[in-house]
Amino acid sequence: MASLMVYGKAYSANVTRVLTTLAEKNVDDYQMVPIDLLTGANKTPEYLKLQPFGQIPAFQDGDFTLYESRAIARYISDKYEGQGTALFGKTVRDKALVNQWLEVESQNYNPCVWKIVFECVFSQMFEGRPTNEAVVKEQLEKLEKILDVYEAQLTHHKYLAGDLFSLADLAHIPVTNNLINVAKKGELFASRKHLNAWWDDISSRPSWQKVVQIMQAEQQEQK
Amino acid sequence: MSITLFGTAGSTCTSLVLTTLFEKQVQDFVLKNVNLAKGEHKKPEYLKLQPFGVIPVLQDGDLTIFESRAIARYVSDKYEGQGTPLLGKTEKERALVNQWLEVESQNYYPVVSSIAYQLVFGPRRGLKPDEKVVEQQLEKFEKILDIYEEHLAKNEYLAGNFFSLADLSHIPYTYLLLHQAKKGEGITSRKHVKAWWDKISSRPSWKQLLDLRAQS
Repeated sequence: MASLMVYGKAYSANVTRVLTTLAEKNVDDYQMVPIDLLTGANKTPEYLKLQPFGQIPAFQDGDFTLYESRAIARYISDKYEGQGTALFGKTVRDKALVNQWLEVESQNYNPCVWKIVFECVFSQMFEGRPTNEAVVKEQLEKLEKILDVYEAQLTHHKYLAGDLFSLADLAHIPVTNNLINVAKKGELFASRKHLNAWWDDISSRPSWQKVVQIMQAEQQEQK
Repeated sequence: MSITLFGTAGSTCTSLVLTTLFEKQVQDFVLKNVNLAKGEHKKPEYLKLQPFGVIPVLQDGDLTIFESRAIARYVSDKYEGQGTPLLGKTEKERALVNQWLEVESQNYYPVVSSIAYQLVFGPRRGLKPDEKVVEQQLEKFEKILDIYEEHLAKNEYLAGNFFSLADLSHIPYTYLLLHQAKKGEGITSRKHVKAWWDKISSRPSWKQLLDLRAQS
């Protein structure tokens, strides 16, 4: 009986950020509890006790509850430090650079990408209105500049924080999948050689492939 | 002396790093002022350190690190053995500190910085506040603060009964909201949020930061 529970749905990039971390740390023994935003399951009193902001994912390890996908990912990296991929490097210096690029993802990359994906894919579903093209244009301009910085970094380093894959790279995978494969903005990556190579590398990791299968299985169940 | 911090004492993000240094009893560092008005942060020499062209950035020997929250974590890690423990002592404490750091980063900060942009940063550049945006963001903020109020009714600080980086990360922008944007009613009208705010903003580290600002 699994003591680890992930509350949410695999269509959410924030949820799959956690699932990918679990896979990367070779943690299989967990249960997913469906909380579907489209049915309002995230607004029930029972769920709000776990996640008072009504967002997914939430996470439980026995009677310990945690939320915020990046915090959950850190907890998993901590708890399972001795197994799977080392996600924070080896030294205080390595960790500093991983934290730096985690913040870049959190403060620069994700807000911009999310706005583009939301407008292109989810505005009708969640707000009953068509895409606001002006917002998309503005955010794409911002994203081009951000991706130029990434391209420069990845020209000199195989991964964001240096030579080794880390949580900083992982944190980018789910939203980038949305950007390229769902919002169909792959040209942004295809036109940047090293950025594209980095994306091919990290998205072909077994951990992400496993999560893609979970996402597909969930989509099948909905039909 | 190995640490150089590029930024300004008046900047919220630089203030987070400065306050963390003070909280960890690190006095031996150099603050190099970056002249934003002259566009120093967009010049090639600066962009070599911080390619996104914003402040702050910290240099420690040959390590360069940017993003204020990441710098604050680095300072907390490097000086683990001195000053206030900021990241929690057990695995669960660390997790809760990280959770509330993310709540600040993902929920609190976007709303407060949006209000700050409309009422403080934009006007400095000659922009007129969009009152509708301010109203919308303040509504969002009220809902967020209700959650904080309930949580702080049961916990002295955000991650539990100990002050941590999660509380500290809220200070610079909340101070700006109260004292410059003058939109602090949400904070001051809630008993436990106000008590928490009064406690964290009267810490010696924040007072030292305000003194530094006064001197700058």
